[in-house]
Amino acid sequence: MELGSRWDRFRRSEAASGYMLVSPTALYAILLLAAPLGTIILYSFLTDGYLEIVRTFTLANYHEAWTNELYRTVMLRSLGVSMAVTLVTVVLAFPVAYFVSFHVDPSRKSLWLFLITIPFWTSYLIRVFLWKVILGFNGVVNSGLMGLGIIDEPLTFILYNVNAVVITLAHAYAPFAILPIFVALEKIDRSLLEAGQDLGESRFMTFLRVTLPLAMPGVIASVLIVFIPTIGDYVTPQLVGGPEGRMVANLIQLQYLKLDNYPLGSAIAVSAMGIVTVVSLLFLFLNRRYLKGPKS
Amino acid sequence: MKGGGFRIYAICYLIFLYAPIIILPLFAFNDATVIAFPLSGFTTKWFAEMTTQPALGQAVKNSLIIAVSASVLATTLGVFAARASTRYDFPFKGGIMGLIMLPLVLPEIIVAVSLLVVLLGLGVNLSILTVILGHVLICTPFTIAILSSAFQSLDRSLEEAAYDLGETAVSTFRLIILPLVMPGIISSLLISFTISLDEFIIAFFLAGTEVTLPVYIFSQFRFPQAVPVIMALGTILVGMSILLLTIAEYFRRRGLARSGAKDTGGFL
Repeated sequence: MELGSRWDRFRRSEAASGYMLVSPTALYAILLLAAPLGTIILYSFLTDGYLEIVRTFTLANYHEAWTNELYRTVMLRSLGVSMAVTLVTVVLAFPVAYFVSFHVDPSRKSLWLFLITIPFWTSYLIRVFLWKVILGFNGVVNSGLMGLGIIDEPLTFILYNVNAVVITLAHAYAPFAILPIFVALEKIDRSLLEAGQDLGESRFMTFLRVTLPLAMPGVIASVLIVFIPTIGDYVTPQLVGGPEGRMVANLIQLQYLKLDNYPLGSAIAVSAMGIVTVVSLLFLFLNRRYLKGPKS
Repeated sequence: MKGGGFRIYAICYLIFLYAPIIILPLFAFNDATVIAFPLSGFTTKWFAEMTTQPALGQAVKNSLIIAVSASVLATTLGVFAARASTRYDFPFKGGIMGLIMLPLVLPEIIVAVSLLVVLLGLGVNLSILTVILGHVLICTPFTIAILSSAFQSLDRSLEEAAYDLGETAVSTFRLIILPLVMPGIISSLLISFTISLDEFIIAFFLAGTEVTLPVYIFSQFRFPQAVPVIMALGTILVGMSILLLTIAEYFRRRGLARSGAKDTGGFL
């Protein structure tokens, strides 16, 4: 009796309605996201046999992924590229977010944001290919600079290497960086800035001591939202990176689709995700004082 | 003029953002097979040549089937999750919503390989259907982001008034809530459609022998003589996505205006 009425109470409770509603989406995510992620973690501990996967537990794939010279170089390069892209993107994006939040008339803010997001939604492949055209031997940058007489010979260090990958990815992830910073800046109470200046701080010092710390949650969000996906980008290194610009996604694709070595491919994928997670957590830890929210 | 230096910087930044899109039509109408400057002359032959490629037609058809199915499914799943998370409190809400929103930051290649391993392990044949499964997964977080703001701005008292007037939960949802969030739903359909149409990695891994539009474009990059046609195709695609996004933005704003919420801008 007791149990029955408790069940009845649960069924009519808010929690039960919430679970009922969220369950289709949650089940989908569990079946097609959580379970597959679990599976590749499992695969990374198995052995690749001829035509089938041997079900014996091993750490050999991780040993291979972490000690093989080639894999280690690519992994470190991916990490470096991701960090560079994140730094460039966030530093370039901050002034734009600041401008839109502080200097644009409120009625035109959404127009600016719309203009910033449009390029992000247009064919990614074609945008990356066009960077090849812009940075190439006879490209826009080279013919422009030669036309102006600044250089005599086309620059070759801007295509088919890591630089090209960084430029192209920084372009692709720009809106991702601007929006979280913009949202954080919008939340800042403008009277705090006036107070800062009334108390005799210069505009620059007010920015450093009031605006920037309050905008940090947005900056942290942009850093993570750019850093985590860029490490797994496949198209950009493939098209503009050349042999020296290959990243971890190209390696994973090679293992899965060309060499058919699922366990090693999984070990590389899991290692990359592990590194990303550790770096992100470290970054959050170092910035923990900005995330505590307003002091009471 | 407000914010002098910042304004100049922001305009330069916009030029940087738009540089590839501005260059694209130049080559689509350029009368040369080599994609480089200087331009040689005006032509529309690349657009005409598109119609002569049957593989392209098939790719467009596949992509449209995938994009329509994925956007309808993702928006449906998005409605459930967004309504649950904005209206109700339940234990482990953060964890459940975190898992659902995870594809927003997870590199797509990880989603692609993990699905590939499981589908092949279960003996499922790769086809358009498997691409749809993957695309629903990555579109759903975007639909939830859009729909949450639509549900958030709903006035709870409207719903309570409907209950007081004797409507059931289902009829209240249909008569009161659905019409109010309709602009959000349309906007979410359009955004998911755009994401799915443009998605490459998951389609590359999960399509098997079927070809989607981005997979077709990627394969054509290997043949220099095919690139001008791709530039023409790209011009059409960019034009279309700008149109779709403008419509989506219009509905998103109308939705906010209808429920009287403040516009915080942006889809993301």
